[in-house]
Amino acid sequence: MQVLEPGTPVRVKCMRPPGHVRTPAYLRGKSGAVERVLGPFSNPEQLAYGHAADPLPLYRVRFRLGDVWPDAETPEDTLDAEIYAHWLEPL
Amino acid sequence: MPHDHHDHDGLSPSGHPYRADQDTGLSYWQAMEIAVRELMVEKGIVTEAEVAAQIDAMDARSPAQGAAVVARAWVDPAFRDRLLADGSAASAEMGFDVGPMRLIAVENTEDVHNVVVCTLCSCYPRNLLGLPPDWYKSRAYRSRTVREPRKVLREFGLELPEATTVRVHDSTADMRYIVVPARPAGTEGMDEAALAALVTRDSMIGVGVAKAP
Repeated sequence: MQVLEPGTPVRVKCMRPPGHVRTPAYLRGKSGAVERVLGPFSNPEQLAYGHAADPLPLYRVRFRLGDVWPDAETPEDTLDAEIYAHWLEPL
Repeated sequence: MPHDHHDHDGLSPSGHPYRADQDTGLSYWQAMEIAVRELMVEKGIVTEAEVAAQIDAMDARSPAQGAAVVARAWVDPAFRDRLLADGSAASAEMGFDVGPMRLIAVENTEDVHNVVVCTLCSCYPRNLLGLPPDWYKSRAYRSRTVREPRKVLREFGLELPEATTVRVHDSTADMRYIVVPARPAGTEGMDEAALAALVTRDSMIGVGVAKAP
């Protein structure tokens, strides 16, 4: 899996898989930029069920509040969240 | 035999509602916890004393540890740099073990104010701050902080200038967050221990600022 450099614009995939996921629903489909690269960390979607878990890069992605909530009062404030690599597509 | 009157449904003499006795049965997960714990004791994997000791260790953690880290960062610029680069390693340097979770320290400046939330559950840097306050785990705090952070901060009594950028950190996965509040004015001559007393739990979550001396 290619590692995305800090600053890379990314979008959170709009997936709706069943089970334990750690990508908040309110960020799916939203665009931001990689703030820093973390990890590798074990994929929690496998770990949660006791399966052998793949090590994945974990990204801190920074979103403009205005890109997350179209009606944000202060759109230039930001929101950072940790998103696993397989949930991100570079733009 | 007569007994002193007390109101079973009303308020205690101190004005708090009585807490209902827990007369209902165990929930599925409570029963599961007891069953797993008893099995582990029976199989010799842990002892009751070890479980009790671990609970003691959890209860002994308090925001004082986080405050000591912040005060050190205020007086020692090289430590501050190491803390911002790797929060876990810098905390370990001071003898605080942050456990398997990795710590990210985010610093408040003139232009930036940071606030921490966990929308998915209640992730919190317990090893440095102790147990999270109840409001941190409430749906209201978790859902509103990512949507209207300034409004939430205002309810905590914190009105930020428009020119300040608010950065919300949603701890969604493996990292835990601690805010390094800005050092208050008028603290130039103070030593680390005195400075640490100004660092509140709320200032390290980001819903407050450090106290004035």
